[in-house]
Amino acid sequence: MTPYLSLSIWVPIIAGVLVILLGSGQDKAPLARKLALLGSLAGLVVAVPLYTRFDPALASMQFAEFSPWIPSFHINYHLGIDGISMWFILLNSFTTVLVVVAGWEVIKDRPAQYMAAFLMMSGLINGVFASLDAILFYVFFEAMLIPMFIIIGVWGGPRRVFAAIKFFLYTLLGSLLMLAAFIYMYLKSGQSFEISAFQALQMPLNVQIMIFMAMFMSFAVKVPMWPVHTWLPDAHVEAPTGGSVVLAAITLKIGAYGFLRFNLPIAPDAAHYLSGFMITLSLIAVVYIGLVALVQADMKKLVAYSSISHMGFVTLGFFVFNQFGIEGGLMQMISHGFVSGAMFLCIGVLYDRMHTRKIADYGGVANTMPKFAAFFMLFAMANAGLPGTSGFIGEFIVTLGVLQANFWYAFFAATALIFGAAYTLWMYKRVIFGEVANDHVRELKDINRREFALLAILAVATLAMGIYPKPFTEPMHASVNKLIQQTTMKKI
Amino acid sequence: MMTAIPNIAPALPEIILLSLVSVVLVVDLFLDDAQRNLTYFLSQVAILVTVLALVSMPHSAPVYTFSNMFVDDTLGRTLKVLALLTVSIIFAYTRAYSVQRDMFKGEYFSLMLFATLGMMVLISANHFLTLYLGLELLALGQYALVALQRDSARSTEAAMKYFVLGALASGLLLYGMSMIYGATGALGLQQVATALSTGTVDHQVATIGLVFIVAGLAFKLGVVPFHMWIPDVYEGAPTSMTLFIGTAPKIAGVAFFIRLLGEGLAPLASDWQQMLIVVAVLSLALGNITAIAQTNIKRMLAYSTISHMGFVLLGILAASQQGYAAASFYISTYSLMGLGAFGMILLLSRAGFEAETIEDFKGLNKRSPWFALVMLMVMISMAGIPPSVGFFAKLSVLRAALAAGYTWLVVFSVMLSLVGAFYYLRIIKVMYMDEPEDTHPIEGEFDMRVLLSLNGIAIFVLGILPQPLMSLLNHAVVQSLR
Repeated sequence: MTPYLSLSIWVPIIAGVLVILLGSGQDKAPLARKLALLGSLAGLVVAVPLYTRFDPALASMQFAEFSPWIPSFHINYHLGIDGISMWFILLNSFTTVLVVVAGWEVIKDRPAQYMAAFLMMSGLINGVFASLDAILFYVFFEAMLIPMFIIIGVWGGPRRVFAAIKFFLYTLLGSLLMLAAFIYMYLKSGQSFEISAFQALQMPLNVQIMIFMAMFMSFAVKVPMWPVHTWLPDAHVEAPTGGSVVLAAITLKIGAYGFLRFNLPIAPDAAHYLSGFMITLSLIAVVYIGLVALVQADMKKLVAYSSISHMGFVTLGFFVFNQFGIEGGLMQMISHGFVSGAMFLCIGVLYDRMHTRKIADYGGVANTMPKFAAFFMLFAMANAGLPGTSGFIGEFIVTLGVLQANFWYAFFAATALIFGAAYTLWMYKRVIFGEVANDHVRELKDINRREFALLAILAVATLAMGIYPKPFTEPMHASVNKLIQQTTMKKI
Repeated sequence: MMTAIPNIAPALPEIILLSLVSVVLVVDLFLDDAQRNLTYFLSQVAILVTVLALVSMPHSAPVYTFSNMFVDDTLGRTLKVLALLTVSIIFAYTRAYSVQRDMFKGEYFSLMLFATLGMMVLISANHFLTLYLGLELLALGQYALVALQRDSARSTEAAMKYFVLGALASGLLLYGMSMIYGATGALGLQQVATALSTGTVDHQVATIGLVFIVAGLAFKLGVVPFHMWIPDVYEGAPTSMTLFIGTAPKIAGVAFFIRLLGEGLAPLASDWQQMLIVVAVLSLALGNITAIAQTNIKRMLAYSTISHMGFVLLGILAASQQGYAAASFYISTYSLMGLGAFGMILLLSRAGFEAETIEDFKGLNKRSPWFALVMLMVMISMAGIPPSVGFFAKLSVLRAALAAGYTWLVVFSVMLSLVGAFYYLRIIKVMYMDEPEDTHPIEGEFDMRVLLSLNGIAIFVLGILPQPLMSLLNHAVVQSLR
């Protein structure tokens, strides 16, 4: 059997190493770009069979690979995916291609290192989603921070160093506590780091709560949930376009994925016990951060806050523990991967031309960039959750799931749909419509073929998911049902 | 009555090294400065021959000789090989630096080799007297090495400080040993352990002795509250000596801890565990927090060493075979990282210029992307972030400490390693995100560049495949300690 999972992890990493070995001279830049594109495409190609050969009827882990890695710690190189993790590997491999293309001409300073960092990060992120061993997961989870740290810190905006360090330390804070929890469970489970062994572990409620909180610290920072979200606006705003895209589209999903893979099945009683707490934090993110997004003067910051608000929906869906909630959350995650990626690319398109992200510096862009305006319109609508776009599916299913649990939760969650429409469309109006605001806007050139291709691919994905979501939901059912079963089981 | 001739076979590597050092000492007398490379070459040969002697010794259960004062076991052999290899790398790293600073003299080699011999004796000691002998042989070499740059006021001051405080620590240690002798009537580690476990010993006297011993040990390893000398000596000594002090002797120091506390004073474990908890917690806190405020990279690394030794103590205070193996693994990998970090400082230094501040690493990625990557690897390994060996070192001590039931200690130490991550990140930040101020090309001899590259690669490869080194040390501990 072909080890597709190993391939999807190591192909991008090896491609990244090759790109960096080319050297960082300017004369090597065209070759580095082409090699990086080739590497990212190869990464996508080896990931595609994960979908086409996936058996949606099975709830168990598929494409499993197992070999002992560090026997004295009982750590194994154990990979496998279910209907939940499969999506994120695909999404990540897909996003990597976009990011490489998006940085094509824009990155002039050391392009080889830039491309290599993204390729390596892509492989490491695939590893995070494919790991079935907690330490393997942790290794990928942490190793991924280093390329991101460098991407933000080297190619970012004016306050990039501050943002990079804040990003790194926030994420590390959570993950170290999670590591302590892992070692604790390793000792309790008779020396096994297998995630499935952790899931089978019987623990009293107070221990479960400690374990839940330790892992919560790690994943809540990644999601990010209110009140540990403050790294995200900084990181997003300062990161280069590609970095923002990967952060929004992929790394935020790691946090939410962690809740599904670790918190819910390992500490189900604690999850039920703390569900009110989790739902409250999620609703604060949805409502309060939605209001915060409304007043932003910087486009990137606005989209960053809107990401937090959208991820609030995801965690909200997870902690009502029903199928609609969890599947809706997953749909929202995939959709947000497309839409937020597209929003950041759109802002990148404007930024590359005007070198400003202030909404006030724009106005009347539709007059000079009609094609761009059309794409941006579609993505803005998707961000606001317009039916027919992918944004609607996730929010709608989550709201249904939450409604089953509690009317008032659903009531507050639904307000986010209004805020979402308000801040996105208001920004769109101020940037795109109206009279041409200044001479800089008048001189704008419409998107070129490369940018057109990028946005077109994402537009197709957004619409396809919005119009016919069944291929997306079908592989999830079995895995989500199993997860719900695990969540309702008492483990005390 | 004729005295039986003791079995000298177990001490053969020490004897070989001693003979070869004497050869180096004598040969060097007939050389002038231009021929000093021969001394260098002979010293390397001496080390490699000793390593070969150690490796080729037949496997056996622990062998005691010289009236049980000396032990040859797998743990000792393994740690000796690691310490010797470290010294060999140190010679290679410091060659150009010493030549430029007029320190490339015969005494440099002989002092270093005698100190190495001290380490070997210390690692194999099975008796309070042998322990003390090895320790002093090591320490006297180090005192003189720090002062080797005779005209530098800073080095002389550092050497004075080191000597006075080191002598005080030796005094504490001796006093503690005499108390234990008074309580048990024995000096051999096994006899002390047997006497202590029979329960006929005056516990109070033994505990007071223990306090002095732990204080002396803590002093030598440089952990809070006996750490004062570390930053000053690290900063004041020539970088080549800081490299030496910061790496190989630490391996011997951990062996010292394991022998003395883990073997000789094992029956008092519940007493020294409590002391080590306090010392470890303070070291982790003070080392990590104070390191943030440093602008001198040698001083920063000094505080970082203090915190790393706190981690080593976490392994030792677990008082289990797993814990001792974890501590040995930690210290072995730490000396690899220490070699890398100080090696980078040596690489950036050149004639008339000391790369001593963090600023000197500015924009290294623009000057040399490869060595910036090597330093990145060293830094993330020190911070304990995978994929580097530092992560597995931390993982193994944390596992040992958690298995011994110190849950809150573990949580505390991971939180402080977050604090630690900050100052390692700052180095990465200045290398990658700042513009270079110093555009001088990176010099450095060919052998140094190759070795330093291998050093970085080793940190990475051991971070992916730590199993061989781990099982080597596990095996050594299981074979050697009961």
